[in-house]
Amino acid sequence: MSSNRTGKGSDRSVRDGILATLPSLRAFAISLSGNVDRADDLVQETLLRALANIDSFEPGTNLPAWLFTILRNLFRSEYRKRRREVEDSDGRFAETLKTHPEQNSHIEFQEFQQALAKLPPDQREALILIGASGFSYEETAEICGCAVGTVKSRVNRARVKLAELLSIEGVDDFGPDQASRAVVAGGGGR
Amino acid sequence: MNERKPAKTGSKMQFSDASPRQAALGRQIQDRIGQQLRAMYNDVMAQGIPDRFTDLLKKLDHRDDEEKS
Repeated sequence: MSSNRTGKGSDRSVRDGILATLPSLRAFAISLSGNVDRADDLVQETLLRALANIDSFEPGTNLPAWLFTILRNLFRSEYRKRRREVEDSDGRFAETLKTHPEQNSHIEFQEFQQALAKLPPDQREALILIGASGFSYEETAEICGCAVGTVKSRVNRARVKLAELLSIEGVDDFGPDQASRAVVAGGGGR
Repeated sequence: MNERKPAKTGSKMQFSDASPRQAALGRQIQDRIGQQLRAMYNDVMAQGIPDRFTDLLKKLDHRDDEEKS
């Protein structure tokens, strides 16, 4: 908020670091909120907070973890405020994405997105940070402000719950068979 | 169908407690979930950064330049 942003904090290298972290930060925001507009507002607010408090960032420490912590806390405080509202994740953002062979189909991808949105936020954030953002359990514990053991149990519960939500009953339904069928179909095979 | 499904939702069942066959199934399912998650995430990353964010950073860079000169 204050305009005297001179000194070590205004280092170009920190700005470059922020820029380099942005794609992953935005992917985290979208995965977390399931809504592109809301995610971009979160990213914007995170950027403004980070830049306003850039002097509190110690160069050489984990810049991505610092940014993810800000975004995660913003999301959580916003989530508390709007808890009574229906989660507005509708898988709409999935429409903007390409369909990969490993996703089998657009519908399966949307189902995945919707199942993810049904997880409690503490489990969802832990699963994304560990499973997609590439943070360690220690870093994730720091970002989420909890113990490493808590992160591990949240990730485990998230995985069990996701499997349940996706009604996975066997490999026939959700495994290599279907994946290879999709590949065959996509390749114009038999 | 084997009886992998936990008796009730919210069960604390861990895949490691299951029989070898169930554990193998659990692993396949978890691999699949991991793939989906990364595919979604990487797709968003591949979209690049919306201009509003790069513009925001640029604007602040310029302001710093002015303050320094």
